[in-house]
Amino acid sequence: MNSATRMTEPVLEVRALCKRFGGLVATDQVSLDVRPGEVHALIGPNGAGKTTLVHQLSGTLPPDSGSILFRGDDVTHLAANARVLRGLVRSYQITSIFRQHSVLDNVALAVQARSGSSFRFWRPVRDESALFDEARAVLARVGLADRADVLAANLAHGEQRQLEVGLAVATRPAMLLLDEPMAGMGPEESERLIPLIDGLRKDVSILLIEHDMDAVFRLADRISVLVSGRVIATGTPDDIRANADVKRAYLGDELEAASGGEA
Amino acid sequence: MQRALTLAALALAIAFPMAAVPLDLDFYIGFASRVMIYAIAATSLNLILGYGGMVSFGHAAFFGTGAYVVAIAMTHGIDSLWVSWPLAMLVSGIVALGIGAISLRTRGVYFIMITLAFAQMMFFVFIGLKAYGGEEGLNMPHRSVIGLGLNLKNDATFYYVVLTVLVATLYLLRRLIDARFGRVVEAIRENEARMETIGFSTYRYKLTCFVIAGMVCGLAGALIANQTRYVNPNLMHWIVSGDMMIMIILGGLGYRFGGVLGAIVMLVLDEAISPYTTYSKIVIGFVLLAVVLFAPRGLAGLFDRKRVRAGGGHG
Repeated sequence: MNSATRMTEPVLEVRALCKRFGGLVATDQVSLDVRPGEVHALIGPNGAGKTTLVHQLSGTLPPDSGSILFRGDDVTHLAANARVLRGLVRSYQITSIFRQHSVLDNVALAVQARSGSSFRFWRPVRDESALFDEARAVLARVGLADRADVLAANLAHGEQRQLEVGLAVATRPAMLLLDEPMAGMGPEESERLIPLIDGLRKDVSILLIEHDMDAVFRLADRISVLVSGRVIATGTPDDIRANADVKRAYLGDELEAASGGEA
Repeated sequence: MQRALTLAALALAIAFPMAAVPLDLDFYIGFASRVMIYAIAATSLNLILGYGGMVSFGHAAFFGTGAYVVAIAMTHGIDSLWVSWPLAMLVSGIVALGIGAISLRTRGVYFIMITLAFAQMMFFVFIGLKAYGGEEGLNMPHRSVIGLGLNLKNDATFYYVVLTVLVATLYLLRRLIDARFGRVVEAIRENEARMETIGFSTYRYKLTCFVIAGMVCGLAGALIANQTRYVNPNLMHWIVSGDMMIMIILGGLGYRFGGVLGAIVMLVLDEAISPYTTYSKIVIGFVLLAVVLFAPRGLAGLFDRKRVRAGGGHG
């Protein structure tokens, strides 16, 4: 396969993915794809199965059926850490960082994960300046450059969310699964994260799960709508705004609530 | 400050046997060796439990394995230290690999119980092993042969060998913890799920850590066999695993000198109290309670002002 065809084929391709928990169908024949350099947003009401889908894509939850193709390879049954090393990386809706490590050490760990073996028992890490130089570059990118030496536990909530994304970015992903990066953020903090995500798209494809509709419509190239585990529509932001099914199932309330709340 | 204290303690440890003989305290040279041997064993447990967060309740399995390897090798005519001690480490490492490979697939209470079960299984295997003494254990006619013009029969010589092993263990622990591997192990304790999702295969690191700890504890076992010139299955009993755990909780989980401080406090207390009562464990129990309540980071934590460890847990 030459690089020209690789450019046009999707980075991530999900085919007829299914996951049941007893009688509950959490993921129902989900198919979607993410193209190179695209921000593909996944929206839907609470309980639609968005996080369950991310768990399956990232490898922490095995699907019952269907398949996941990443850069043309079937990764459906690949372990979570192996997917990360191939470039498929997630962030968490509920912040998951190393709270007792400094901000810099957090990111340096993620850099360490993909730069050579960590079965090294002798040389002190603090002498490996390359790790920390790169970690600082990532911190600058996610807007935490001046917080490098702070204990992660002592960061403000919004900053912890930035670090959450920073950990994922530091692994040098080809594709990011961002699970509600703006969860719990105030409008001001969200404003800081939007240009950050926007800046990532030139070298990373993104599947963005987000409740903040303002952010979604500003960032997304395409949007898929998940309701009760099913993709009911996929299209450009304009398509989705105009889609009657989406309005009825989800977006109508959400947009009204958003505009009502903001006004 | 810590560096000065460490050097002072080391100087004191080096001077002790020389001062003990004129002061007629020879008996305590053997006792001090025993304390240091338990310090090595506890330090190895601290590596997996304190740094790695793996609550193993079967660490005595490796202690007993190391001891038995040396004693059994001697019954077969292998008495060179240079053969039987590395062999003790090798066999303990293999046992740790087997136990770890299975136990580390479980979490939490299950991990505690399965490591305990493995150690107890080995305890009963050695009780049943009549060829090597069964319940009675095995006497060693003499200590391992070191060569180099030295004889371990001399308690002071043996003391210095143990001290050397202890210092080497603590130095290696420090290198390992400051190196990439140690970083990974400590981060796994803090947030294993996230380590997976930034690309680490955490199982492999935990297993490696478990095997290293098993080997070091096996060496401590080889030392204890030489110290007492006698091994029996009780070395593998869960009470020994429990004692090691208490030592590092007293001394400080995840602190380099936690195992040393804990072994000193526990064994000195035991030695001091046991002439007066057979219930010395009760006193140690109260000391443990006091430490947990008033110095939850252990004795080593009291010396540590800059690093604040707000306990485990995340999210």
